[in-house]
Amino acid sequence: MYWLRRAWAELKTEVFVLPSRTLVLLWALGLLALPFVYDDAYVLRILTMTCFFAIFAASWDLLAGYTGQVNFGHALFFGAGAYTTALLSLKLGIPPWLSIWAGAAIAMFFGFLVGYLCLRLRGSYLSLATLAFPLIVLGLLFAFPGFSGGELGISGLRRLALTPTANYYIAVVAMLVVVFGLWLLADSKFGIVLHAIRDDEVAVRASGINTLRYKLIVFAIAGAAAGFAGALFAHYLRVAGPSTLETALSFQVVIWGIFGGVATIYGPVAAVFLLYPMTEWLGTFRAFGELRLLIFAVIVLLVLLFMPRGLAPWVRDKVEVACPRCKHRNVGWRSVCRLCGAALKAEVSRAKRLVGHQ
Amino acid sequence: MIQDIFVTGLVNGGVYALLAIGFSLIFGVARIVNIAHTAFYMLAAYCFYTLLVKVGMSFVPAALISVGGVTLLSVLCYRLIIEPVREHESAVLIATIALALIFQELMLYTFGGHFLGVPSTLEGSMRVLGVSVPYQRLLILVVAAAMLGGVWFLLYRTRLGLAIRSTANDIEVATLMGMNVHRIAMATVAISVALAAVAGVVVSPVYVVDPFMWLAPLVTMLAIVVLGGLGSIKGSLIGALIIGYVEAITVFTLPGGAYLKGAVALLIMVVVLLVRPEGLFGVAFEEER
Repeated sequence: MYWLRRAWAELKTEVFVLPSRTLVLLWALGLLALPFVYDDAYVLRILTMTCFFAIFAASWDLLAGYTGQVNFGHALFFGAGAYTTALLSLKLGIPPWLSIWAGAAIAMFFGFLVGYLCLRLRGSYLSLATLAFPLIVLGLLFAFPGFSGGELGISGLRRLALTPTANYYIAVVAMLVVVFGLWLLADSKFGIVLHAIRDDEVAVRASGINTLRYKLIVFAIAGAAAGFAGALFAHYLRVAGPSTLETALSFQVVIWGIFGGVATIYGPVAAVFLLYPMTEWLGTFRAFGELRLLIFAVIVLLVLLFMPRGLAPWVRDKVEVACPRCKHRNVGWRSVCRLCGAALKAEVSRAKRLVGHQ
Repeated sequence: MIQDIFVTGLVNGGVYALLAIGFSLIFGVARIVNIAHTAFYMLAAYCFYTLLVKVGMSFVPAALISVGGVTLLSVLCYRLIIEPVREHESAVLIATIALALIFQELMLYTFGGHFLGVPSTLEGSMRVLGVSVPYQRLLILVVAAAMLGGVWFLLYRTRLGLAIRSTANDIEVATLMGMNVHRIAMATVAISVALAAVAGVVVSPVYVVDPFMWLAPLVTMLAIVVLGGLGSIKGSLIGALIIGYVEAITVFTLPGGAYLKGAVALLIMVVVLLVRPEGLFGVAFEEER
């Protein structure tokens, strides 16, 4: 009973005071409760895919948004995870529960490798060089079709679960765990170092921090998360094909990331949850079927013209303000900070500020 | 076979040079990573196809109109879409990706996804070094050389070229010296897209025209630009020739070379970057923080 009351108090003082946190809570609960309310196989299928891409986009954000290593070849990790688990489970007969972890591990190794190769590169050089890696792997896969299945890929994988609802729950739980894990990591001291590396790497190194180690670790973590998503994706679709390595997927994740707002984790996830179902939904209309990518691109372009920092930071700035004194965030319609009582708006009169203190 | 490699490498290298130099220019002057660069190349090819086959124009006016039209379109896109988000680098990046996707989808919707063939500008072939070279490929080579000469003249012998080079060197000092940096950026966009459009027009009779023709040259072009050093014109030219020859050698000597040519070219780029992170002719970017 004590713990219950304690949890409720935490919820009231920490979550419900901010609309963004309330929204995240509602979103997570809504995802978990959806199959009880609306059990449509098509909707569940789309949301399952959305969850995989959400993990993928969040892992890109940790690397590109936080650390500033804008990776144009993030599909490499996705594809590495997908192909590893496919090869292991088909050629060696390893059950998918194990081979998924192997896929994540191999993708982690790829992340480490790419990070190692790109340690000396910066900015645009890094972006353009990383674009090359998935294409090199793709060229190799096409050159040895006996091993990799060539253009058709490797099909006939086993699903993790049989019913759509079970698959959906696997995807949602995996997504929530990985995304919250990445978010916690990015919010920790480790994440602060990453922010600093993006802003000024020389200064960070001058402060005695081994930036190379941090960059390698981030590459490995992002690779592992993306590979995990790729492995789950391959087992869900029951095929690991060359489309998991294509430039289009790499660009797609860049669009999701920047559209949602970089260096937030929740931004890219929100972007995936908005854009992916939207494009699928547009595809169901006969008139829009061929135009859905066009509409997608136009929407991204228009949204960007009005919110160049991305969707999530823009919305957040509209509904919340940061306290000028203690930097904690407050609901936009409060006049004084909920923690330190400082006036949030410049035009608040002295009398009002005094009232706020009581 | 050596002669084959020589000629193919030279022709492909010329086309790549046209693309890479334009990309390099706009990166140097405005720091825009223009993913839509090769999409303009695709647009020019489609425009040329429409004017030539559908409208029935003759070659020269069709080529001129397509290059001019695409250049105009690029300036319009720059003013309406890129300029408003210039301060946000990441926004510029996905704006160009979105533009490229829009062009691709528009062409897919208008012309369908199948390959379109453009009739050769010049029929026949001649023998060079014992290999028969179609006149069309020679035309590509001549046009590429002429355009490169033109760009060199523009950059190193005119006032505009001086302004472009100084803006690329140091944008703040260029502003202080009274140059209109925005206008220079716009002129650079026009020049660079015009080069890509010329490449698209001359190449369309040799390659097939389809809505996805911008992806493969995009990757190769990026590899060349990184290999030669971002923003360096000389580096782009030499990088283009290197990659052109590497691809030709791979295709002619390795089994399954057509699949591997991209991979080998990119591998060369990665190796060069490992040895020299700023590319062959790039400025060391320690000072750029």
